[in-house]
Amino acid sequence: MARKVSTQRKVAFTVMAWTIGFLMFFPILWTFLTSFKSEGDAIASPPVFLFFNWTMENYHEVQSRSDYFSHFWNSVVISFGSTLLGLLIAIPAAWAMAFSPTKRTKDVLMWMLSTKMMPPVGALIPIYLIFRDGGLLDSRIGLVVVLTLINLPIIVWMLYTYFKEIPGEILEAARMDGASLMKEVIYVLTPMAVPGIASTLLLNIILAWNEAFWTLNLTTSNAAPLTTFIASYSSPEGLFYAKLSAASTMAIAPIVILGWFSQKQLVRGLTFGAVK
Amino acid sequence: MTLKTILLGAVSALAFSGVASAETLTIATVNNGDMIRMQKLTDEFTKKNPGIDVKWVTLEENILRQKVTTDVATKGGQYDVMTIGIYEAPIWGKQGWLAPLDKLSKDAAYDANDLLPPIRSGLTVDGKLYAAPFYGESSMVMYRKDLFDKAGLKMPDAPTWDFIADAARKITDKGSETYGICLRGKAGWGENMAFLTATSNAFGARWFDENWKPQFDQPEWKKTLDFYVKLMKDAGPPGASSNGFNENLALFQTGKCGMWIDATVAASFVTNPKESKVADKVGFALAPDTGLGKRGNWLWSWNLAIPAGSKKVEAAEKFIAWATSKDYLNLVAEKEGWANVPPGTRTSLYQNAEYQKAAPFAKMTLDSINAADPKKPTVKPVPYEGVQYVAIPEFQAIGTAVGQQFSAALAGQVTVDQALASAQQLTEREMKKAGYPKK
Repeated sequence: MARKVSTQRKVAFTVMAWTIGFLMFFPILWTFLTSFKSEGDAIASPPVFLFFNWTMENYHEVQSRSDYFSHFWNSVVISFGSTLLGLLIAIPAAWAMAFSPTKRTKDVLMWMLSTKMMPPVGALIPIYLIFRDGGLLDSRIGLVVVLTLINLPIIVWMLYTYFKEIPGEILEAARMDGASLMKEVIYVLTPMAVPGIASTLLLNIILAWNEAFWTLNLTTSNAAPLTTFIASYSSPEGLFYAKLSAASTMAIAPIVILGWFSQKQLVRGLTFGAVK
Repeated sequence: MTLKTILLGAVSALAFSGVASAETLTIATVNNGDMIRMQKLTDEFTKKNPGIDVKWVTLEENILRQKVTTDVATKGGQYDVMTIGIYEAPIWGKQGWLAPLDKLSKDAAYDANDLLPPIRSGLTVDGKLYAAPFYGESSMVMYRKDLFDKAGLKMPDAPTWDFIADAARKITDKGSETYGICLRGKAGWGENMAFLTATSNAFGARWFDENWKPQFDQPEWKKTLDFYVKLMKDAGPPGASSNGFNENLALFQTGKCGMWIDATVAASFVTNPKESKVADKVGFALAPDTGLGKRGNWLWSWNLAIPAGSKKVEAAEKFIAWATSKDYLNLVAEKEGWANVPPGTRTSLYQNAEYQKAAPFAKMTLDSINAADPKKPTVKPVPYEGVQYVAIPEFQAIGTAVGQQFSAALAGQVTVDQALASAQQLTEREMKKAGYPKK
C-alpha cells in the first residue's frame, strides 16, 4: 500500500516543482517575450514584463534579412541524417558489446567515451584540412559525417545500457529457431528495444540540432544550419537583443515542438531499465 | 536488409551538397549596422556588374574572426572577400595571406589618397595596401549636456582626465541611479583592454619597451589602473566589471550615465531618438589626455580584403572598389540619408557640407581619428604598432589574460598591485614562449 501523503506535503511539493520548472523555463520565456519588443523596450530598466507595445517588426526584419527556410532545412538534414547514420552504426556495435562481451568491452566503451573528453577546437585544424582537401567544406554530407562521429559515443552508450536490459535468452531462442544474425538484430532485438532506440534518436536529434561548434566552423552559406542563423544576429557593438531573440525563437521553435510531442516517449526511454 | 537500404537511401538523399556557380562571391562580414546596410544594397552592385552574384555570410565579430582566421591560415578558399580588422590586416599582409590591392591604390577614380591617412597607413605593409577600409572609428567622450548644466560644468573640446574624473564625481547621484561615468570593464582584448590600453597611452604607459620587455611593473601602469579603479568605484555603475560596449550603450541610452568614453560609432546610436531616451541631450568631446602629448583615443576600422590564392580576385576587387568608393557613400546618402553613411574612411566625406549638417558628431569623429597614430601610439618609444592593441599575433591571448586581471581588480577581487604583478608575470611568460625579443 502506498504511503499516505498529507495534503500539506503535496501542496508544498507541487509548488516547489512548479517553481523549479518555471525557473528553468524562464530564460526561454524571456527570449520569447523580448522577441516582440522594440529594441528600446528590450533594454528597458527596470525591465518590462508584459505591458509593452507588442510588435512583429523583429520577425519581419529577420525574415527579410536571411533565408530562414534554407537554414531550417539544413538543420533538419544534418540532425536527422547524422542521427540515423549514427544509429545504423551503433545498433550492431551495442549489440555486440551487450550480448557477446569480452574482457575488453568495458575498455572499448571507455575509449569511445574518451573521444568526447578532448575539447573539439583541438581537432579543428586537422578536420578543416581534411574537409578542404575532400571538398567537404560547407557541404551537408560533411556535417552529417562529423556530427555522426561526434555523437556516436553517446548513441553507443545509451543503446548498450538499453540492450543490457534485454534477456539474452530471447535472442538465443530466436537463434534456435534458425534466425540469421541480421534477422535476429532486425526482427527480435530492435522491436524489443524500440523505446530505448526512440529516446536515443530524439536525444541525438536535439544534440545535433543545437551543436554550435562544428556547424559554425565548417559551413559558410550553402550548408549553414540554424546555429549560423542565430550567430548572424548577435553583435558586440550595437544593440540587437530583440532581433536576436526573434531569431533564437525561430531557431528553437521546431525542436521545442518536436520535444513537446515526444516527451512521453523521451521520458519512458530515459527511465527504461531503471527499477520500476 | 530493407531497413538498411531505406536508411542509407534516406541519409544520402538528404545529404546532397549544394553546387556553387562560377562567379559567385562569398563575402564574410560582421553584424554591424553599416554592414547590414551594405548587404541590403547588394542589388545596386549586381545591377552594375552582371555575371557576378553575391552571397553573404554575416556573423558575430568573434565567431567571424575565428572562422576567417581558420580559413585564411589553411587556405580553405571559402571566402572571396573577408571583413577584417585593422589589427589583422598588417599581420596577415606580412604573412602573405592577403592579395595586395595594387589596382585600387593606383586607380584614379577610386582615389586612394582620399582615404584617411592614419587608417590607410594601418592597412599598408611595405608600401602595399592589403585591405580597403569600409568604416573607421575612434573613441571619444559622449556626455549629457543637461547633467553638465545642472552641475554647473562646461565640457571643453579637449578635456583632461583630471577634469573628467572631477566632473564624474560631481554628477554622480547614486540615489537616482545616475552615474558620472560608464567605462568598459568586461575582460577581453577587444573589450576592457582596448579602452585601458588606449587610456594608458595618455598616462605615458606602454605595453613593452624597445626590447619587448613587459612594462606592467612601471609606475605609469600603476597610475593608470589606480586612477581607473578609483574613478569607477566613486562614480561608475554597480557591476561595471561585466560591462562592455553593449551594456554601457544600454545604460547611456536609458539615461543612467553622465559620460561614456567609447567608440565613435556609438554616437549614431545614442542620438537616435527611436532607441535613445537622451537623444537630444548628448554632447561630444575628444578622448581625455593628461598633458603628456598622447590622447586616450583609439583607432579601429573594418576593412575588406581578398585572401591570397583566391580564384576570383578580379570580381572581388570590383566589389571592394564598389563598397569602399565615394559613390557608395553617395548611394547610402541617397537611400538612407547622410547620417547613415559609413564614417571614418574618406577625407572628402568630412568636407561634405550636407554630411556635417546631418551628423553632429562628424567633426569630433574626424578629429579623433586623426589624433590617433598607430605607428607612434605612446609617449615613450615602443617596438610595436597599434593604439589600443599591440599588432602581434600573440596579442589576442595575452590581451585577454591581462584583461581578466584588470577586470578582477575593478571588481575588487584583487588589488591593483596584485593585478599588475600577475599581468607582468603572465606577459613575460607568454612573450618568452613566443620567442621575443625577435631579431
